[in-house]
Amino acid sequence: MFVTYLRRELAGRRKQTAIVAIGMALAIALVIIVNAVSSGVQLAQSTVLASVYGVGTDITVSQTPAAPTEGEAGAGGPQNFDFGADDGATTDGTTTVSQARLSVDRGTTAFDSAALGTVSGIDNVSAAAATLSLSNTTFDGALPERSTTDTGSAPTGGDAAAGGTPPSGGPDGAGGSSFSVDSFTVLGLDPADEAVGPLSAVSLTDGRSLESTDVGTNVAVLDASYATTAEVVVGDTIAIAGTDFTVVGLVTASSADAATASNVYIPLDVAQTLAGLDGQVTDIYVQAASSTDIEQIQADVEAALPDTTVKTQADLASSVSGSLSSASDLVKNLGLWLSLIVLAAAFLIAILFTISGVTRRTREFGTLKAIGWSNGRIVRQVAGESLIQGLIGGVVGIAVGLVGILVINLVAPTLTAGAAATEAGAMGGPGGGGGGFGQAAAETATSDIVLQVPVTLSVILIAVGLAVLGGLLAGAIGGWRASRLSPSEALRSIA
Amino acid sequence: MYELTNVTKKYDQGKRSVTALNNVTLSIPDGQMVAIQGPTGGGKSTLLQMLGALDRPTGGTVQLGASDLSKLGQGPLGEIRAREIGFVFQGFNLIPTLTAQENVETALAPLGVSTADRTSRAAAALASVGLGERGSHLPAELSGGQQQRVAIARALVKEPAVLLADEPTGNLDEQTRDEIMELLEGLWRDRGLTLIVVTHDSAVAKRAQRRLLIKQGVVREIS
Repeated sequence: MFVTYLRRELAGRRKQTAIVAIGMALAIALVIIVNAVSSGVQLAQSTVLASVYGVGTDITVSQTPAAPTEGEAGAGGPQNFDFGADDGATTDGTTTVSQARLSVDRGTTAFDSAALGTVSGIDNVSAAAATLSLSNTTFDGALPERSTTDTGSAPTGGDAAAGGTPPSGGPDGAGGSSFSVDSFTVLGLDPADEAVGPLSAVSLTDGRSLESTDVGTNVAVLDASYATTAEVVVGDTIAIAGTDFTVVGLVTASSADAATASNVYIPLDVAQTLAGLDGQVTDIYVQAASSTDIEQIQADVEAALPDTTVKTQADLASSVSGSLSSASDLVKNLGLWLSLIVLAAAFLIAILFTISGVTRRTREFGTLKAIGWSNGRIVRQVAGESLIQGLIGGVVGIAVGLVGILVINLVAPTLTAGAAATEAGAMGGPGGGGGGFGQAAAETATSDIVLQVPVTLSVILIAVGLAVLGGLLAGAIGGWRASRLSPSEALRSIA
Repeated sequence: MYELTNVTKKYDQGKRSVTALNNVTLSIPDGQMVAIQGPTGGGKSTLLQMLGALDRPTGGTVQLGASDLSKLGQGPLGEIRAREIGFVFQGFNLIPTLTAQENVETALAPLGVSTADRTSRAAAALASVGLGERGSHLPAELSGGQQQRVAIARALVKEPAVLLADEPTGNLDEQTRDEIMELLEGLWRDRGLTLIVVTHDSAVAKRAQRRLLIKQGVVREIS
């Protein structure tokens, strides 16, 4: 009788069933889509971060910047290129000068590499790797040859009017000068560290990666995108701080849409020597044994190395900028609240319609009570009808949600993302080569990430759970109303 | 069968209290056909609700066989209604989304009867009221008289000791009224049940063995 009555009631009151089911379906579809998009955005953020910091990096350690003491140049401070009077080569009245400098990025501070040992010794640290994040800046200039008899005094107005010696030499032959500045990022790392760090999230596209036997040798691996723009291939040489390095390999980020952490990768000891930073590093990448250990490890590192800045993945995620970051905020704030509001509205609609239905069926329920139906039987009937309406809404909602996810994946919106060095030492600047003089450290490498929205079983189960909850809630409230009907009052209502 | 002793029923309507039944003392033996007449608002329906265990009196006792209906809770009253009492209403009160067969089966649902037994008994009850061929029809597809027959089948399918009919012909034309009353009388005679009919129609009341008049909550016999 229960199933027959339920089936007939839902079929007989199609409009009410449809309205309740549609309301529930919309809410559940929205919850599914918002949850799935949120997962997709988090995945994209992880991809961006992984391309920069490597797969498995749970924590980064860097030095908190300090103001330079009096008389001491600040780390990564203004760079001077000084030339002596006899520097450069002179040909045909033009003196060409060139100087290259390898230094830490502005706002980054190098610290003792002994910190790596300290970090590695902390409980539940499964791997740690140190890197030295640098910028190679090359200054080239061509200026007119300076005559040894030239006092350097400016001609007076009368002299000029009287036809003094016109300027000559220089790249334009008329006494002009030309200067250029080029820079690219260089990351020194231990070739033996493969489990964690920037190179753990790259794919080799040509040649080979750095190997443990490369310690002390002038070999380099390039980011494939940078190599293309610099017209460098495996086997070529590249000058870093005036020293030639042989390019042995090209790498690209594991995600096709992201950039790697640096333009050039060289052995750590060589980087330290060239930059005059022996025994120094700028970042330590840490992998925890388990995600539950991250918080404790962070605390332990901060206690052991009080002058450092220790950041976890969650902190790093906030560094992701661009439209990906905007999408993340949108999903978290608007998406979440919209889902909750629509869900609450759907539940309210279901409850109100159920109560309205019970009120309309006062005589019906009064009659059933009069012929011997118990309160429990009537409550079960009402609850059953609401539950089925909720489940119908749930099934439709899941279908609509899955279609929505499919549409998003077919559209495959492209979001821009960048991991910026928002704080000193927070992270190595990713691939910001080509920037202006002293600007490499502030560059944010942007990459395009195609948003892919995953379908997870947990989201489907949550949707089903919400549908059941909505149905039960409406049924419980409606059933309570029905149980309070007195059969005599119910029958009197027909008079 | 029924023993009512000093039964009083009062309803609160705001600040006023309305007395629907005023010290009613009444005895109805097994197998009797009783008609209860009276003007609108006189207490007919209230008396029927006391007899039908639909409500409890404010004062006095209502004895149905061995059960004191005035002292039982809603649960036990419901069980008595399920087993002992059949109802026929003026407005038929059929479930609109259920077929005639299914409407009759609703009376057997609380009794824990098996599905097969329920189906066969409901079909037999419909046949006994002349609607054996109409089991699959919805109430909206039946005439008023046919709907009331279905309601009678629903009331009798559980073989109650008492059949209470509240204005059973109130919504029917004269011819149909007579048909329904013929049916009720026939069933009453055949089954020996106690039939109590509330009506304002004298033509219906005259068919009863005994006639009672209730006016302003007071019951008296009509010869």
